[in-house]
Amino acid sequence: MSETFELTIDGTKIQAAPGQTILQAADGAGIYIPRLCAHKDLLPFGACRVCTVMVNGRPQAACTTPAARGMIVDNETADLRKHRASLIEMLFIEGNHFCMFCEKSGNCELQALAYRFGILAPRYPYQFPHRDVDASHSEVLVDRNRCILCARCVRASRDLDGKHVFDFVGRGAHKRIWVNAEARLADTNLEGADRAVEICPVGAILRKGVGYKVPIGQRLYDIQPIGSDIESKRQAAAPGR
Amino acid sequence: MIELARDIRDICRSHGNDRTRLMDIARAVQAKYGCVSSRALDLIAQAVKSPRVEVESLVSFYAFLSVQPKGKIVIRLCNDVIDELFGAEKVARVFTEELGILFGETTPDGAISLEYAPCIGMSDQAPALLINDTVVTYLSSDRAREIVRVLRETGDPRRLVRRLGDGNNAHPLVRSMVHNNIRREGPVVLSPLAAGAALRKAIAMSPVEVINDIKTSRLRGRGGAGFPTGMKWEFTRGANGDKKCVMCNADEGEPGTFKDRVILTEYPDLVFEGMTIAGYAIGAELGIVYLRAEYAYLRAFLESVLQARRTQGLLGRDILGRAGFHFDIRIQMGAGAYVCGEETAMISSAEGLRGDPKNRPPFPAQRGYLGMPTTVNNVETFCCVARILDNGPGWFAAMGSRGSTGTKLLSVSGDCSSPGVYEVPFGIKLSELLQMVGAEDPRAVQMGGPSGRMVAPADFGRTICYDDLATGGSVMVFGANRNLVKVALKFLDFFVEESCGYCTPCRVGCVLMQRKLEEIIEGRGQIGDLEYLQELGSTMKLTSRCGLGQTAANPVLSSIQAFRPAYEALFRKRPEEPFLPSFDIRAALGESEGLTGRPSAIFGA
Repeated sequence: MSETFELTIDGTKIQAAPGQTILQAADGAGIYIPRLCAHKDLLPFGACRVCTVMVNGRPQAACTTPAARGMIVDNETADLRKHRASLIEMLFIEGNHFCMFCEKSGNCELQALAYRFGILAPRYPYQFPHRDVDASHSEVLVDRNRCILCARCVRASRDLDGKHVFDFVGRGAHKRIWVNAEARLADTNLEGADRAVEICPVGAILRKGVGYKVPIGQRLYDIQPIGSDIESKRQAAAPGR
Repeated sequence: MIELARDIRDICRSHGNDRTRLMDIARAVQAKYGCVSSRALDLIAQAVKSPRVEVESLVSFYAFLSVQPKGKIVIRLCNDVIDELFGAEKVARVFTEELGILFGETTPDGAISLEYAPCIGMSDQAPALLINDTVVTYLSSDRAREIVRVLRETGDPRRLVRRLGDGNNAHPLVRSMVHNNIRREGPVVLSPLAAGAALRKAIAMSPVEVINDIKTSRLRGRGGAGFPTGMKWEFTRGANGDKKCVMCNADEGEPGTFKDRVILTEYPDLVFEGMTIAGYAIGAELGIVYLRAEYAYLRAFLESVLQARRTQGLLGRDILGRAGFHFDIRIQMGAGAYVCGEETAMISSAEGLRGDPKNRPPFPAQRGYLGMPTTVNNVETFCCVARILDNGPGWFAAMGSRGSTGTKLLSVSGDCSSPGVYEVPFGIKLSELLQMVGAEDPRAVQMGGPSGRMVAPADFGRTICYDDLATGGSVMVFGANRNLVKVALKFLDFFVEESCGYCTPCRVGCVLMQRKLEEIIEGRGQIGDLEYLQELGSTMKLTSRCGLGQTAANPVLSSIQAFRPAYEALFRKRPEEPFLPSFDIRAALGESEGLTGRPSAIFGA
């Protein structure tokens, strides 16, 4: 790593390395910036906008904006909290999310963010869209009702699996995740062990046959809130905070 | 089937089997077969060595491309707000009756498809429509009946063009009934310049001196955002990369603007001259004009102008005899997507991708078209460039106001006696313009199109410039009787249709805003809804990824601010009904009541 430089997030000075985004620098320093489409193994995408921060007073997505020397970043403000909650609610009402019987419950990042933000019921009306389920594949299920269009599967399949199983079709409110075949996931070269499968933050892409291996109540976010892993680094570095 | 395979092989080969030319390939297949079918997707994907889903992703993005078959003839009726003011709805009814189909459908014989299109750039001669590439203006019910009859009899949309428009609209390569409606000419854009005159002056200077002249003129981008052009060029010139690119944004899609169409019809040399000067200044050899699909009728004419410039040594290698100065221009056709007017989306589209905006940084000046440092400027900006080089930066900067030098082309439409194109110096008062265009006592003026703002009479004394009432050119006038909440809804309908869907706040926020406005207009609104809209709008503005989403809430936010009583008048104030349900429960139960054959128990038998 070449030499690092300093920027400020919520009044705390942190170090960043050249080439890092604001999000990556914050992660390294143990400051959690909420996010959905961003993933440490994937190229930045900037779709969900939950990681919006104020950079020198201007809104920017922390996941796509390079960190720079002397930047002043606001992350935990009442205003940003309100807008982030609004975005999370939009993702809930845009699809058909049924946490109480979703296999992903407890491991779902959307649900976990809603808990972290204390969202009890969205302020926006449910849209109840008609969306398809593709159960054609022997190992993997695609349920578009639960898709939040984050493109993690698109990027993972292309960049990590070296395939191109997923991409988007349509635009605007009609945009949806689609497969590299006429219609069916079974007609693609996807395999159950592909990174594109497990990297889905919600219950839109599910591995068949393993849904309840870990009982509800003992899952990742049942035990600790989302972001705890990142924040624990900071507590470890500065005990007594 | 064999024919399809052969055609696609030929089409792809003629584009070098280059996946970055997917827009042209898909357009060519669509033109020949009325769709890019599932089989065609496979064949194209094979030829350009791209995953099928990537090709499908592109085809499904653009309004002028489709996987499902469309008719040999596609009627696209403009349902822009101005067209509706002038009776587009009545015309629409005639089409559905005469053709026996709804919008979005194709006649059973597969001959004619009927669709809506957002603003096609003809608001000063509304209502208007496109039939394939042919524009028909000043529609009426009778004319609509005649259109269907002629199309049924001849199958040839060109038969509908009888009286040709003025100027180059009558040129043999255009032959269009479109009118220029130039109401006020000006010294910068709407006046002739001998081809090559400005370019000769430019190459007598060094590229850096040319950039300095543009900086001295204080020219700002005419697309609306107003970024200093000289600075943009300097960044692009200074960026790393052997190959650079000059792009001209001719994707004039902001509803209510049509001035670029007039420039391209009458002064294309001025535009190409400006682009060539830009190429010289930044060190680019490649120029691209991204032309919106709605203006395809101008393409052959523009190609002929480019060809003439090549013959005159104004394009190509060693331009004007200057060794090492090479520059040429190609036209990239769009395929029906407003968002491609956003510069990074335009670059995506020209690269053969969905018209999704790109993340910034890197900015196009650093890494644009196919990774080359790229400057993207508006059609009108390039005209200003050529004129500045010809007449000098001082001459230019003496016009207009301090922060906004030069003149601006305005596209004026709506309730006024002389809609059309006006070249005015920056800094004129809106009230002066309204007088000029014959707008009597307007209720509101929409400045800058749907993404701009709605201005009330109290603010008509304000000035048109970047620092006060900014506009890329669209000025829509709404008369005393117009329903402004419905106007705001029309704008939201537009954004819902045109959002690319990449980011959450724009994709979802526009729909939520549209639904709420519909509720209010239907009389199911409540006073708290205005705060709801304002909060929603603030999230869209702050968190959206590109200018489309960041400005989509503007018509609602600015109309609530300036015309709050217009909204409040729609909230019911009936003391006997203190509770206002946001949905109609009777209507919601209607379907189940129909199925069971009895009224719902909630309301008693």
